[in-house]
Amino acid sequence: MPKRTDISSILVIGAGPIIIGQACEFDYSGTQAIKALKEEGYRVILVNSNPATIMTDPEMADATYVEPITPEIVAKIIEKERPDAVLPTMGGQTALNCALSLNKDGTLEKFGVKMIGADAKAIDKAEDRQQFREAMDKIGLESARSGIAHSVEDAYKVLETTGLPAIIRPSFTLGGTGGGIAYNKAEFERIVREGLDASPTTEVLIEESLLGWKEYEMEVVRDRKDNCIIICSIENVDPMGVHTGDSITVAPALTLTDKEYQIMRTASIEVLREIGVETGGSNVQFAVNPKDGRLIVIEMNPRVSRSSALASKATGFPIARVAAKLAVGYTLDEIQNEITGATPASFEPTIDYVVTKIPRFAFEKFKGSKNELSTAMKSVGEVMAIGRCFAESMQKALRGLETGLDGFNRVPELENVSREKITAALSQRTPDRILKIAQAFREDFTVEEINQITGFDPWFLRQIEAIIYEEKMLGHNGLPRDEAEMRRLKAMGFSDKRLATLAVRSVGVAGGLAETQARRSGLLHDALRAMAGATSEQEVRDLRHRLGVYPVYKRIDSCAAEFEAITPYMYSTYEAPSFGEAEDEADPSERRKIVILGGGPNRIGQGIEFDYCCVHACFALAEAGFETIMVNCNPETVSTDYDTSDRLYFEPLTEEDVLEIMRVEMSKGEVVGVIVQFGGQTPLKLAAALEREGIPILGTSPDAIDLAEDRERFAKLVNKLKLKQPLNGIAKSRDEAAAAAARIGYPVLLRPSYVLGGRAMEIVDSEPQLDDYINTAVNVSGDSPVLVDQYLRDAVECDVDVIADGEDVRIAGVMQHIEEAGVHSGDSACTLPPYSLSDEIVEEMERQATELARALNVRGLMNVQFAVKDDEVYLIEVNPRASRTVPFVAKAIGQPVAKVAARVMAGEKLADFEPFNLRPEHMAVKEAVFPFARFPGADPVLSPEMKSTGEVMGIDRDFPAAFFKSQLGAGMNLPREGTLFVSVKDSDKEVIVPAVKTMLEQGFRVIATGGTQRFLSDKGLDIERVNKVAEGRPHIVDAIIDGEVALIFNTTEGWQSLLDSKSIREAALEKKLPYYTTAAASLATARAIAEVSTEQLEVRSLQDYYS
Amino acid sequence: MALSAFSHAQPKGATGVIVFADGTCIWGKGFGASGSAVGEVCFNTSMTGYQEVMTDPSYDSQIVTFTFPHIGNVGANEEDVESRGLGAVGCIVRQDITPHSNFRASDEFVEWCKRHGKIGLAGVDTRALTRRIRVQGAPNAVIAHNPRGQFDLKALKKQAAEWSGLEGLDLVPSVTREDREDWGGGFWQLGKGYARASWEGKPHVVAIDYGAKDNIFRNLVKAGAKVTVVPARTGLDDILALEPDGVFLSNGPGDPAATGEYAVPVIKGLLDRDVPLFGICLGHQMLALAAGAKTAKMFQGHRGANHPVQRVGEGWGESTGLVEITSMNHGFAVDADTLPDNVEQTHVSLFDGTNCGISIRGKKAFGVQYHPEASPGPQDSFYLFEKFVGMLG
Repeated sequence: MPKRTDISSILVIGAGPIIIGQACEFDYSGTQAIKALKEEGYRVILVNSNPATIMTDPEMADATYVEPITPEIVAKIIEKERPDAVLPTMGGQTALNCALSLNKDGTLEKFGVKMIGADAKAIDKAEDRQQFREAMDKIGLESARSGIAHSVEDAYKVLETTGLPAIIRPSFTLGGTGGGIAYNKAEFERIVREGLDASPTTEVLIEESLLGWKEYEMEVVRDRKDNCIIICSIENVDPMGVHTGDSITVAPALTLTDKEYQIMRTASIEVLREIGVETGGSNVQFAVNPKDGRLIVIEMNPRVSRSSALASKATGFPIARVAAKLAVGYTLDEIQNEITGATPASFEPTIDYVVTKIPRFAFEKFKGSKNELSTAMKSVGEVMAIGRCFAESMQKALRGLETGLDGFNRVPELENVSREKITAALSQRTPDRILKIAQAFREDFTVEEINQITGFDPWFLRQIEAIIYEEKMLGHNGLPRDEAEMRRLKAMGFSDKRLATLAVRSVGVAGGLAETQARRSGLLHDALRAMAGATSEQEVRDLRHRLGVYPVYKRIDSCAAEFEAITPYMYSTYEAPSFGEAEDEADPSERRKIVILGGGPNRIGQGIEFDYCCVHACFALAEAGFETIMVNCNPETVSTDYDTSDRLYFEPLTEEDVLEIMRVEMSKGEVVGVIVQFGGQTPLKLAAALEREGIPILGTSPDAIDLAEDRERFAKLVNKLKLKQPLNGIAKSRDEAAAAAARIGYPVLLRPSYVLGGRAMEIVDSEPQLDDYINTAVNVSGDSPVLVDQYLRDAVECDVDVIADGEDVRIAGVMQHIEEAGVHSGDSACTLPPYSLSDEIVEEMERQATELARALNVRGLMNVQFAVKDDEVYLIEVNPRASRTVPFVAKAIGQPVAKVAARVMAGEKLADFEPFNLRPEHMAVKEAVFPFARFPGADPVLSPEMKSTGEVMGIDRDFPAAFFKSQLGAGMNLPREGTLFVSVKDSDKEVIVPAVKTMLEQGFRVIATGGTQRFLSDKGLDIERVNKVAEGRPHIVDAIIDGEVALIFNTTEGWQSLLDSKSIREAALEKKLPYYTTAAASLATARAIAEVSTEQLEVRSLQDYYS
Repeated sequence: MALSAFSHAQPKGATGVIVFADGTCIWGKGFGASGSAVGEVCFNTSMTGYQEVMTDPSYDSQIVTFTFPHIGNVGANEEDVESRGLGAVGCIVRQDITPHSNFRASDEFVEWCKRHGKIGLAGVDTRALTRRIRVQGAPNAVIAHNPRGQFDLKALKKQAAEWSGLEGLDLVPSVTREDREDWGGGFWQLGKGYARASWEGKPHVVAIDYGAKDNIFRNLVKAGAKVTVVPARTGLDDILALEPDGVFLSNGPGDPAATGEYAVPVIKGLLDRDVPLFGICLGHQMLALAAGAKTAKMFQGHRGANHPVQRVGEGWGESTGLVEITSMNHGFAVDADTLPDNVEQTHVSLFDGTNCGISIRGKKAFGVQYHPEASPGPQDSFYLFEKFVGMLG
């Protein structure tokens, strides 16, 4: 069927900020969809509040609205743009919910907008638990015994049919927020209450527990002629009980016979038909009882999803692209698979490798929260690895995670402990359970025992057992000295680094001084190397190369080599020769090429912003005529999309894996250089290894990057340039730290050197707090010193992004933070241009940034952080590489900042690019979003440690409106009336007065705790007093829980008051109240409430702003 | 691809080998039955259903390269078989066969191969081999397994070189039944196994067994037929004596032109008498031959469970153009250009446009090149059985 001609413009709804459960996979999907729709000649209108997305690049859609994704705002966009249709299936749950609201409130009907991809009825049927269950009954598919509850009383009735343990899932929430597994009645009641609160419809589903059952997911695509195909089956290695997003998964399913698989295949298709998903991609999840194969449908998502992104990357089938084409009327047989160029879209990919996905977690950022996994998703990113067998795939994934693993690293706390302790550890669903399973094999547990405890399928367990067996053998015998044996081990996925560790162990020097000596040069080292084969990663690599054992590269072609495909999409594997030599399909070109190293799995502090930069580097360098080669292992990203680069290696970003790719690419053509500055810390860590191998690195030299990160070297530069830094010191022991702090004066900021995202940073006010930090948060030693900085209390912090080409320096943006210095820059809201700084201060920062760029000989991007206190500019930090702020700056000023930088790195001059306008007529505000709701127990307060997962941008003609939009986009619905609770630290009391005045004028009732109340009353303001928690009940938390409070301004300082006020923030979080923990943000909020209302907000496209 | 005869000597520990007719060989680890077997090396891209593939009689005299690296994960059982121990002579896999994990398994795949005389070779870059087959066509070869690693390469090479190949070969006699059989098995259900067929008042289908997969008969039963299976060389009169309401022409191995020498006249006789006919794979090809079309060996056969087939031509009504994902296993195909006027093309492959189905105008006779009985593969095409049984009586 040809495409629809009754529509000519389509509104695509994005997913908004990156949050847990909704990450950059929706940028990947949405970008594909927009390209696909534009190819067909449709006018595409996009709404997405997330500036760090490729889809919101102004050249993607015809009209791009970086506006909050709320029904009110999207309705305004519809009214303005009058699209013929809305495609709600590309933006996750956010887009579906928004489209449903617009349908319910009549907006779509009023403006004659058709829903394409999935209609409201189908979405409802899939999302509403009761309707879904009835639909499944109708087609004879079994669901888990369950019931719906709207109250705790209902819930107890349902419990009678399900029994304990029971699974509680709130309706219409992201990634199962607020759900969980209850083992006893008290826990049951608590989770039900949380779930009811979390659900926008105050509804929870309570289900019989299928803990320990096998879990599968099917990715299905359907067209409007009812052609249905399965793109991929996915099997969870973690059995039921852990959210799919938090589970280790493999593709394809590995433990089903064809008969069982076909039952699931047919059932998935039946589900799509019954739910009425007319066109597009959906996933259907199943549980299978390992004892008898009983099949239960868990849920389906009538849209593209995280798993469809994974399935696309795993098979080479672009689901979102195809889904978009189907949504406008094409049928599967009319579409070709662009990736392979060989296969039609109407076919089921078959693969000849194993794909493993492992989620990455961030529990260390949320102290106080338990690291146990359940049905509510908690992971912040994922790694995908491809190998020709499960073992290779799994071990590649483990090292690709970048959590310090080289494979199945030992778990020291389970060594030489009782079996009971190991059993107990295995029974906990923690993020590192797979490592604990491997450890249990080392401790002589059997497959049967571990299967009994964990429910992991014996097939997977035996594979891990086999890996551990080889480790044991290596630990006895050292490295093999013959080609076949070395190749066999490499084919099982062992990294050179892991082999080195095991080899050293074989000579009995594991750990301690002996191991250190063994690794050094000298006679002992030589002797040990002779015995073990090698003692370091480098030596293992040398040995391996001497033996002629190299990886080969295979193509992902969606058809297992049945047809010739053009796919430039590759992974490495170790193959035995079949016809003389191992067959390699890499086929590098003769072109001039540039390799871009990506950022690996998303994590807090290194997310979509860096991928955005890598993608722009690919685009820009391709425009400049280079062949672009991307290396990355994050399946959620646009950088790993098939048409982002000329060649894609889906590989872990480790020294070993990257150097092998470089060997192949350098064998032909000319590698002009490697870009390591765009992917965050991940590729930077590889710079040294690349340099050692003589591989050219483009742009700013790694040495300059190191200089900027090295305290002592940097201090020298700062002195030379006569710039001012906060006082600082470096301490290699507790006493040195205390002495430095005393010299600088408290408060001081403490942090370990070389970190990203401010991990383990803390502001301390006194020596006892300093002791506490040193004892709990870090290991201080000669190898890992602690940095001590003067903390500029209440200073204004700024970010300046620049591009330099070695001659010219160009300022790309100056951002003023709203939160004071001390809050991590990634967690702070900021504005571009600055909203309250004088021109002189801004110019001074620009001057300093320019000097720094020259001094560091920057070629490419550089980010500088300043603090301004009492009209004095302090230099905080310089990063001569892409920073998190680049996409925001690009969107705010309307210039392709990252692209210009990439081309400058490849040798072009800044003068050749059009000038940037740094004083736009509009104001852009960036706000961070936080996953606190996912981590009960952790204090939801901002600090020097970064905790946000994503960001939104509010853009409007003035600050209050832009700020209001940024809050709305971040999910903070600012109240128009009600009660404001104020409790601020002494130094903020004077500062907060105007905000409180404003709120009183707006008709708010204001309550405050003792000190704040007295201070404000003395100023003649009408403030009521409320008890602090420690002052007896009823207190402020009671008031919050009872719904009496609508807004909170709560700033604290010092250890004790932070602890005291934690329950306030937790209660606010639970009630989803807007709360502000800094005075500056409170002031901005008061202004926004006074001057702006949702009804008056205007929407405007980026194209309009820039023109 | 570097190709040189005997490019590398037997590596230490090799207990299995594939020796191609051109003298090249691939070493690996043997498993299953010991000894050697000659056949055509083909590949199959299904990710599930290795046991069904290995027992599909159409694979007679073939050595199957499984493109999916892990084979044997779910072991072997008594249910997932498509014949009485017939099928491929051997298989080539990448990974060593692991112990199984599946509640239905009653045996390990390795043991099962041994019992059924099938030779396996593990440790091969099956992707490289598949690419070679794609480029150079399916080669003849010998697969050999000796647990002590002793091989007479010269003899094996001779055996491979002297084998005539599949073209012009009538392999049906070695896989067809010797005796008539009243088919009693019904359809498989999880937890219940195979149902028993009930015959009361059902239309009678006589199925000619050219090397049929059992699941075809089960599907006919499920669609509401009573099935009598007869040997391939059963004559026209003997078939008519069974008073069939329709005759089914099964799949099978080898060259349709060779088997057609005795089978086509029977099919022509049935057509002349307006007996409803349904053919699958080899049966489809011979129905085409009987109608006056020609068949040809394909450079590269279709073997997998993911092949898209589209309904074309008249008579489909609303479902014109619908795509079904099918299981395929054929190295010969009907040449669509040779279809006479009275034969309509009903299905085509969306991969290469080759013929995948015909219907004879004015007759109740049709055939499909692919395997609607699945097993292994998708169950999208069951409607064909219903269509056939629906047109009887």
